[in-house]
Amino acid sequence: MNAATKGKITDVKELENIAKKIRLHILHMLTRAGSGHTGGSLSAVDAAVAIYFSKMNFNPEDPSWKDRDRFILSKGHAAPLLYAIMAEAGYFPFETIGTLRKIESPLQGHPCCKSLPGVEVSTGSLGQGLSVANGMALGLRLDNNPAKVYCIMGDGEIQEGQIWEAAMTAAHYKIDNLCAVVDNNGLQIDGPVQKIMGIAPIHDKWAAFGWHVIDIDGHNMEEILRALDEAEGVKGKPTVLIANTTKGKGVSFFEGKVEYHGVAPSAEEYERAVKEINNG
Amino acid sequence: MGEKSQQSAVSSQQSNVGAYGNTPDKKPKATRDEYGDTLLELGKKRQDIVVLDADLSCSTKTNKFATAFPERFFNMGIAEQDMIGTAAGLSLTGKVPFASTFAVFETGRAWDQIRLTVCYSNTNVKLVATHGGITVGEDGASHQALEDVALMRALPNMTVIVPADAAETASVINTIADYKGPVYVRLGRAKVPYIMPDDYKFRIGKAFVFHIGRDVNIVASGIMVAIAKKAAEMLSKDGLDTGVINMSTIKPLDGEALLKVAKSSKLIVTAEEHSVIGGLGGAVCEFLSENHPVPVKRVGIHDSFGCSGNPDELIKFHGLTAEDIVKTVKNAINHS
Ligand SMILES: Cc1ncc(C[n+]2csc(CCOP(=O)(O)OP(=O)(O)O)c2C)c(N)n1
Ligand SMILES: [Mg+2]
Repeated sequence: MNAATKGKITDVKELENIAKKIRLHILHMLTRAGSGHTGGSLSAVDAAVAIYFSKMNFNPEDPSWKDRDRFILSKGHAAPLLYAIMAEAGYFPFETIGTLRKIESPLQGHPCCKSLPGVEVSTGSLGQGLSVANGMALGLRLDNNPAKVYCIMGDGEIQEGQIWEAAMTAAHYKIDNLCAVVDNNGLQIDGPVQKIMGIAPIHDKWAAFGWHVIDIDGHNMEEILRALDEAEGVKGKPTVLIANTTKGKGVSFFEGKVEYHGVAPSAEEYERAVKEINNG
Repeated sequence: MGEKSQQSAVSSQQSNVGAYGNTPDKKPKATRDEYGDTLLELGKKRQDIVVLDADLSCSTKTNKFATAFPERFFNMGIAEQDMIGTAAGLSLTGKVPFASTFAVFETGRAWDQIRLTVCYSNTNVKLVATHGGITVGEDGASHQALEDVALMRALPNMTVIVPADAAETASVINTIADYKGPVYVRLGRAKVPYIMPDDYKFRIGKAFVFHIGRDVNIVASGIMVAIAKKAAEMLSKDGLDTGVINMSTIKPLDGEALLKVAKSSKLIVTAEEHSVIGGLGGAVCEFLSENHPVPVKRVGIHDSFGCSGNPDELIKFHGLTAEDIVKTVKNAINHS
């Protein structure tokens, strides 16, 4: 069997340690790049780590292995998160993370599936990932392939109409080999999501669209794991996790700060951030 | 939708298109009807073909496939953006999705989706849109795509094809099912005559040259190929040796064929049922101005929207008749 080289990790402490490492990679990459999206990369770390390392079957040696589980980062601006995880998982040499956003790097500013094997589809224009995830889930189902599809969206992102088109599609076609996550960090670029364009009540909206909805603390690894388990057991409808998170999570002076949406850490901020995470 | 009016469409005896068939024994057929038939046959042969539509399957004719293979047909509702993303996802699991709706909605409403998840991701998605051009007829400008070729042509990795008749459409659909990569095919609503030779086989990027003119050559696509042939006949009677080229692949453009005809005559005329901005006319001008500058006149829609009317009336109203082409040629020659 061509499964994950790492084997699946279910130990909470171990996953938390990986999440810590991923946060450090993200800060390192962003600081070296000198630009990029800090807040939204950090808020989604814990859910993404849980999905990749506790749930997904994949093989970095064979990124297009047909039985792999699929992960789509619909909020493509959190690319550093995806790259950090892929580096940690062994998709490419670790040094490559230093090339983020540089000319001819496979680590494009937003994920590009043609530049980096293992990226399932290019993203960056918000609102599109869930549709692609549905298509993959339908294709896998046609082939009786038990592989699963995961998709992470931003809370601002779900203002896009296409998300709700896709939400209807997933329920209509009873797509249950899909688990979506909304990184509900409360912020978008211009301010708080509720102030820019309210999306509440978020739970009820997804439920009304026919989804099984699970609300979790998106930084509590145990809760995330439990929700992912629950999602696997839901049949005949899609599942979405509303992951309540803090933008910039892990670095006190980035947390909840709308200004750090699209700004990379300075060298000085990087030093302080690393210390905080290592001591935290 | 005024489906009844298609009887009187470009297929009528008096119409410009209908009057000029190559194969008079074959009744005119809409390219969308051929699409529906060919897709059904493809579905029988190949399990990997899946079809998506956005609540227009009765008009795009994907309903034939839908009836035969319900498990491989996905009606996405009136949600074109989601349709494109879903098609991209299906292709990423090895399926060959054909996603259809009207050309306006396919290319306009979902352009960013096509750009990101089809072209940039270079997925194997076939966008086959119907109701291209003004011959949509009575529904009017909101439903007449006159910019779709321009929108699709600007996208890297995209192949753009506008077949001239039903036989070519069948050949196109079978060809692109075997080709790996994004393709946009523009089909029409109205019936059109058979004009391609019986032994013709479509190849991506290869124009079909009916005749190379020594005085003028008309480079046409879609329904305008038949009209160009009629114009050529009229011009030849007036002593102007006129060639006609069916440039059914607009991207990649057949530069070789274009150079050949440009070198043999003093004037090139393009003819398309599309805006002259960014479509076939634009593509030909771009190519010739860089490679072999010769005078080019563009017959097409000149920076305007369409309007309601029956297809024959609209062809006249928008200056797309054989007589219009003849006039364009003569004006150009008299002023040179
Ligand atoms: C279609 C589209 N419009 C605008 C943008 C610019 N943009 C990038 S990130 C962002 C805000 C995203 O907010 P949210 O989804 O909440 O992401 P997060 O808070 O997790 O960073 C915007 C508007 C975009 N990438 N795509
Ligand atoms: Mg947010």
